[in-house]
Amino acid sequence: MANIPENLHYSKDHEWVEVKDGVATVGITDYAQHSLGDVVYVDLPRVGDNLAPHEAFGSIESVKAVSEVFTPVAGEIVEVNDGLNDTPETVNSDPYGAAWMIRVKMENALEADAMLNAAEYEEYLSENE
Amino acid sequence: MRYIPNSPEERGEMLKLVGLDSADELFCSIPQDVQLNRTLNVTEPLSEMELIAGMETLANKNTAAKRPSFLGAGAYSHYSPTVVDHLIQRSEFFTSYTPYQPEISQGTLQYIFEFQTLVCQLTGMDVANASMYDGSTAMAEAFLMAQRVTRREKVVIAKTVHPEYLEVAKTYTQHGNLKIETIHFDQESGRISVDDLSNLDDKCAALVIQSPNFFGCIEDVKALADKAHSVGALLILVVTEAISLGLLKSPGECDVDIVVAEGQSFGIPLSFGGPYLGLFATKEKYVRNLPGRLVGVAYDKNGNRGFVLTLATREQHIRREKATSNICTNQGLIALAATIYMETMGKKGLQEVAVQNAQKAAYAAKRISEIEGFSLPFSAPKFNEFVVRAPKSADEILSKILHEKEIVGGLSLSRYYSDNPNDFLVCVTETNSREQIDALVKSLKETSK
Amino acid sequence: MSIKKVTQHPTQNEELIFDRSQTGRIGYRLPKLDVEETNLDELIPAELRRTDDLEGVPEVSEVDVIRHFTRISTWNYSIDLGMYPLGSCTMKYNSRLNEKTARIAGFANLHPLAPESESQGALELIYRLQEDLAEITGLPGVSLQPAAGAHGEMTGVLLIRGFLDKRDGEESKNRRVMLIPDSAHGTNPASAHLAGFTVKTVRSTVEGLTDLEHLKTLCDEGGIAGLMLTNPNTVGIFEKNIKEICERVHAAGGLVYMDGANMNALVGVARPGDMGVDVIHLNLHKTFSTPHGGGGPGCGPCCCTAELESFLPVPRIVKDGENYKLDFNRPESVGRVKAFFGNFGMMIRALSYIQTHGAEGLKEATEAAVLNARYLAHLLKDDFDKPFDSDPMHEVIFSHKKQSRKGVHTLDIAKRLIDYGFHPMTIYFPLIVEGAMLVEPTESVGRADLDAFIDAMKEINKEAQENPQLVIDAPHSTRIGRLDEATAARKPVLRWKPDMETLSKTA
Repeated sequence: MANIPENLHYSKDHEWVEVKDGVATVGITDYAQHSLGDVVYVDLPRVGDNLAPHEAFGSIESVKAVSEVFTPVAGEIVEVNDGLNDTPETVNSDPYGAAWMIRVKMENALEADAMLNAAEYEEYLSENE
Repeated sequence: MRYIPNSPEERGEMLKLVGLDSADELFCSIPQDVQLNRTLNVTEPLSEMELIAGMETLANKNTAAKRPSFLGAGAYSHYSPTVVDHLIQRSEFFTSYTPYQPEISQGTLQYIFEFQTLVCQLTGMDVANASMYDGSTAMAEAFLMAQRVTRREKVVIAKTVHPEYLEVAKTYTQHGNLKIETIHFDQESGRISVDDLSNLDDKCAALVIQSPNFFGCIEDVKALADKAHSVGALLILVVTEAISLGLLKSPGECDVDIVVAEGQSFGIPLSFGGPYLGLFATKEKYVRNLPGRLVGVAYDKNGNRGFVLTLATREQHIRREKATSNICTNQGLIALAATIYMETMGKKGLQEVAVQNAQKAAYAAKRISEIEGFSLPFSAPKFNEFVVRAPKSADEILSKILHEKEIVGGLSLSRYYSDNPNDFLVCVTETNSREQIDALVKSLKETSK
Repeated sequence: MSIKKVTQHPTQNEELIFDRSQTGRIGYRLPKLDVEETNLDELIPAELRRTDDLEGVPEVSEVDVIRHFTRISTWNYSIDLGMYPLGSCTMKYNSRLNEKTARIAGFANLHPLAPESESQGALELIYRLQEDLAEITGLPGVSLQPAAGAHGEMTGVLLIRGFLDKRDGEESKNRRVMLIPDSAHGTNPASAHLAGFTVKTVRSTVEGLTDLEHLKTLCDEGGIAGLMLTNPNTVGIFEKNIKEICERVHAAGGLVYMDGANMNALVGVARPGDMGVDVIHLNLHKTFSTPHGGGGPGCGPCCCTAELESFLPVPRIVKDGENYKLDFNRPESVGRVKAFFGNFGMMIRALSYIQTHGAEGLKEATEAAVLNARYLAHLLKDDFDKPFDSDPMHEVIFSHKKQSRKGVHTLDIAKRLIDYGFHPMTIYFPLIVEGAMLVEPTESVGRADLDAFIDAMKEINKEAQENPQLVIDAPHSTRIGRLDEATAARKPVLRWKPDMETLSKTA
């Protein structure tokens, strides 16, 4: 059973978002890391890039697969988790904590509210099992 | 057919077992109207003796293969120790495939790891891949890599890069959005002038040079790398004569970003242009943008060290149209030959052979330049090739010494350039004896009379 | 120093060559320099020369080299050792005769820029092979320049692009969709991308064939540049609707590219040119048995219709009266794809293969290859899930469906096969079959070996049902066990360095 923290917003592409003062922190869910398997590399964008809603901002590599990561929210990237360069395995071990990926200064602060909440995401997962 | 183990009788029994009466029924899923229904119009089967006789007849028509030759220009005649060809014919190397199953492919994986290491050592770079088809395609791949790394859309290439390499790069990039611009060389020195790089600007993904260049002249690689970096472009260095790496300052020391080289000189026969070997090396920070296969160290659960294909997510079988290249494997057996060559020659041999090439070429250049009417148009330092300017048409002279003295005296530059029809390129390696060089000088002297 | 032997291997551990290096060891001898020496500084100024004394490059004797490579070679599986049933890779016997012909001095020592008049034999050989491949494929335009299958593929899609640009002029920019089945090789979309095409995926049917309805829908959407199709396809089944498929694509204004990876199922029986295919690449290292050599070199000729011939790479090798010559004057050509003329050494081997077989032998090889696959399919279909009912051509696909419920997956079955003395089949390809196992025995396997392989597979199935852990932990018989590929990719070590751990420390 995947871990789905209560306080976050979720996308159907299995990203999570946490909003604080108009800045969204984006990562991938426990379910996503589990389906990917051992993560070996995370390719992230540069600070200052502008993201359109649902644009692919990076990719996550396991040994024999690559998956793109999409941003659920639009805006400018203000911070990138460079630590993932050296320790991509934290995506597997701590997807909601140390393995956050980017921080986006949101164009529309309300955008995250349209995403799934924890209960809805859980239901979405069980429908798609 | 002797290569098919099962006799016709055994095949008959097998057909019966799968419920068929004849071999034709194996193909009943192919509609009749697309079946051939006739015998192919190719030769009758030849016996071993007949085949060899026929092939020897053809080979004998390649008269150039027997003559003293001063041809280079991207393909070089060098000594190859006997062990090279012996070892690559071991069944375990020669009849295996890409090491998809590491547990039973450690032989291949280990030599590729050694190959990658040797290429790094010779080029002075951080990482090298498991090889590409040849130097020309490796250069084209380097263009695409520079575009990925810099996200810029233009490369500037020196006119002193092998003309066929440039043609290949144009083919590869014709439908992408990468523009290729050329830069001229200095007519006096025969190399790129560091002060004349007007189209090198901040839209440029890479500056591309060859050293020793197509005319045999050694470029000032470090200064050109600095120039490229000053506008945020990469410096791609092309090396067609890999033997030069034993003597010249390593590309890594010159701060080159991507080195692509033709590795044919490392023990690979001329074989009319292939199969050859593309070497591809770069800096650590660009490793995930590399095309081609890579082998790395890995451990099993008992701590035993082995080697595996790694960073595969760059490749076509996973990333499909977004892959760093469409290349599937490497030049396996040719990379093995080069590995054995580099290790057999070793630290001393690679240096000695490079020095011999430079010395012999210098001797030949000096003697030719002393002939009345002949000159060396370019002043830059050279490795084992140099351009000669003759008093009359190079085609005429080369044809004359070929037919009268049976010497292949070099390559007329009219094959690639329309100006200076009197220029030809001469290459001298350790395989050319002094006797051959003197004979060349003598025959050139006679033509000028 | 105590010797630590590896298990089940007759030699000591073999370190990397760098660990064998000893200062002063020599493996070569050159003749003495026979010209007057010039001071190096006068030839090449010191600042252009290297000063590192080639640091790290090993110093070893000739004996060291022989032992080193002979030892590590014994860690490889090979065709000469036994069945190597990699589906799609066509690991057939490599004749030593072809090695002999490729090494004839008149071929091996011939410089590619030698005068045409002095290299007539090589040009004639290329021309003859072109003629034979044109006859075998039914496609008259042939270029042997591409260096490998993927390279031939790139050449083929460039031909299509060149043709469309000429035919449609400016309008060609509205025709950039390359249709590729979901079962295709990864090189197909990667090659299409290089020619500026975008990819749309065509679905497969439950029978393992191209979905004609879906193809029609995609064609109706317009913008079709072409279709890239493997036939027999990557699940080993002949696309029986091939004529209709070609007609559909042609009617939509596109061309049909055939990936010739599986041409060994058709030689002497059917020709792509007669099916409506416009352009194909061949893999000489598959169909015509040039050695795979641990990953290369290959040779990927591109064959096309008369209509496309003018777009083939330059130079072309043509016949001019009694002589052969290079023809550079092809203004519509897509350009050169490689320096010189291609992998000539591979061409000698392929022509040797064709001439040794003759027409009847080529067809016999095709029949024997298909029969071996059919035999194997017939005897294994009760033990392993065979996702498609149709009779296979030269290769057969199974899945792990009957074993995975016991926790045994395709990878485990593959590793366990190693313990039985076989190289595993191609696994997890094509992607449309979950847990795919693609088995291609080729014609080079005798019945006894086939039966042994079948017995091994049946035994593994039994083990999977009764003692799955045995299979999951396989291989049990190799020098090293399964390697930790995740750590290898996270912290890649791609070259030896002096401080690197040696093997014997851990073995």
